[in-house]
Amino acid sequence: MIAPPPPSGPVPYNRDFALLLLTDMLRVRRMEEKSAELYGAGRIRGFLHLYIGEEAVAVGALHALQAHDNLVTTYREHAHALVRGMPMSAIMAEMYGRQEGCSQGRGGSMHLFDRTTRLFGGNAIVGAGLPVAVGLALADKMLRASRVTACFFGEGAVAEGAFHESMNLAALWRLPVLFCCENNRYAMGTALERSESQTDLCAKASSYGMPVLRVDGMDVVAVHEATLQAQARVRAGEGPLFVEYQTYRFRAHSMFDAELYRSREEVEQWKKCGPIHTYTARLKRQELLDEEAFLALDAQVAAEVDSAVVFAEAGSDETFESMMADVHTSGGLSR
Amino acid sequence: MSRRISYREALREGLREALLNDPRVLLMGEDVGRYGGTYAVSKGLLDEFGPDRIRDTPLSELAFVGAGIGAALGGLRPVVEVMTVNFSLLALDPIVNTAALYHHMSGGQFSVPLVIRMATGAGRQVAAQHSHSFEGWYAHIPGITILAPATVRDARYMLAPALSDPDPVLIFEHAALYNMEAELGDEEPVDIRSARLMRDGSDVALITYGGSLYKTLAAAEQLAMRGISAAVLDLRVLRPLDTGAIVALTRQCRRVVVVDEGWRSGSLAAEVMARIVEHAFYELDAPPARVCSEEVPVPYARHLEEAVLPQPEKIIAAVEALLGVSS
Ligand SMILES: Cc1ncc(C[n+]2csc(CCOP(=O)(O)OP(=O)(O)O)c2C)c(N)n1
Ligand SMILES: [Mg+2]
Repeated sequence: MIAPPPPSGPVPYNRDFALLLLTDMLRVRRMEEKSAELYGAGRIRGFLHLYIGEEAVAVGALHALQAHDNLVTTYREHAHALVRGMPMSAIMAEMYGRQEGCSQGRGGSMHLFDRTTRLFGGNAIVGAGLPVAVGLALADKMLRASRVTACFFGEGAVAEGAFHESMNLAALWRLPVLFCCENNRYAMGTALERSESQTDLCAKASSYGMPVLRVDGMDVVAVHEATLQAQARVRAGEGPLFVEYQTYRFRAHSMFDAELYRSREEVEQWKKCGPIHTYTARLKRQELLDEEAFLALDAQVAAEVDSAVVFAEAGSDETFESMMADVHTSGGLSR
Repeated sequence: MSRRISYREALREGLREALLNDPRVLLMGEDVGRYGGTYAVSKGLLDEFGPDRIRDTPLSELAFVGAGIGAALGGLRPVVEVMTVNFSLLALDPIVNTAALYHHMSGGQFSVPLVIRMATGAGRQVAAQHSHSFEGWYAHIPGITILAPATVRDARYMLAPALSDPDPVLIFEHAALYNMEAELGDEEPVDIRSARLMRDGSDVALITYGGSLYKTLAAAEQLAMRGISAAVLDLRVLRPLDTGAIVALTRQCRRVVVVDEGWRSGSLAAEVMARIVEHAFYELDAPPARVCSEEVPVPYARHLEEAVLPQPEKIIAAVEALLGVSS
């Protein structure tokens, strides 16, 4: 798949909001670069799926939602948790397996949960978040909450039965679900055209009778505008809506991926559309930012990352007893 | 005032009470509404509570069980009906990978107060794909509570504590029991943590649950006529198992036969026997025995189906072997 032209349109926001988008993309990027480094150093273990290259999607989309909306994500969810408001230190501590982590160190990178921001995980089974999102939206509809449930998943999930069953149920019951498909073109090593007889994902979603939007996921402005429009329609009671964000991951699928399935040229092509440097250039062109301000911002983000690492390093281990006593809400039930 | 009602009516009354008492409760599943429920459990509820709360779903076990989880997380108290345990295999992922793990994996932040009901068991000549007993499998999984109501009383009253449990509860209704009738008092609430002694005895402990309870009671009756005193324990709750009751009855009788409609290998019966061996080994007068289903797909033909399932005669034979007596 040929990369699209790099995003270059005008940024239609005031300085504060324009810089907020940049700051959040940078926070995600620098946090993940640091996690990769810490993985190499053995501080973080297990599966680690980086979002590097895809930052415009979570940042643009989540800033279009409201604070009380529900969020359901996959295992590639560091960005979503951070942008939604989870402290970077809680994410880092979770990756370290510390009890100060958002999930007490029981979940790790793939299972970030946060009750205060209504982040319902962090699901590492491809497609499994979709039915949960449908149910959250059902509860909101029946309890008359004006919430939207945003459900993020990769294009790989489109091949799962869970996708089709959930699309049908959400459309049939006209539930307020915003299906956010992060189409980064690959499911591990399997390219979309090698796994789908119909590669037009919007066509699949429309077949369930719901409106669809396709957006350049490398362009934070396009993502934000499309998601604003989409969430307004869902919130207004029009039923579910499907958004396809066309994006690309620059790094390996996880830390165990030799990337045999794609060429270096292809990755380099896509890097030309990188969401952060293209957006930075646009801001500079519009004189919303200069190099000095950019460097200051980057330094501020680096300091946040450093203190998150310090927090995680200083964290403590949950005791075996505490872990065993929390299988059920009401305490341990093992007999 | 006591009255005579069926297991099916008891389940319906339990559901109706829950729907009346708590506006957050809804029943959803395949054909629960217009059809009246596959086993007619929810018959009439649609008229009374409307299609939002008696919610027919498409044939999408994965999605509507998963949606039940989401609805529970979102503040409702859903009762999801899966037509039978056989089709619950299409919803194993949301049950095992989502519902059961959510509380622990989220560091205790989220709970899933979801009840899933389904019919289970064989004995009606519906052949291999419709005759499974997988409740023992589900009892393997930490994070969920597994109930097997075998009595009209449990059918009537288990739902309330299941719904007030903050975590997922699966209720397995044996399909052969729906027409069974029994006397029921006005108000007989039950817990969902303990086994119940259905018949006291001193020579042998018969430990069972679900559809096998009546076969076991019939066996105990026949044994009594031959002078053998058999106690019968209805496990009721398959997870967490009431180890205390199992061990106490073992100590009392010193001989045990476990009766389980599941296949023998890796069965719930195996777990019960393991606990007996762990906790009461030196008080046994004989190795514990079990009567399970034969390890074969459940056949259609009546004589063969009867031959593969636990039956009173097999239970009696197992007791006789244990006691070293012969008929
Ligand atoms: C049901 C299931 N099957 C297989 C896997 C292994 N797996 C993990 S991620 C992944 C690829 C998913 O690709 P996609 O949905 O496009 O998301 P992306 O990783 O590209 O963000 C696979 C196959 C899984 N986690 N769950
Ligand atoms: Mg993908």
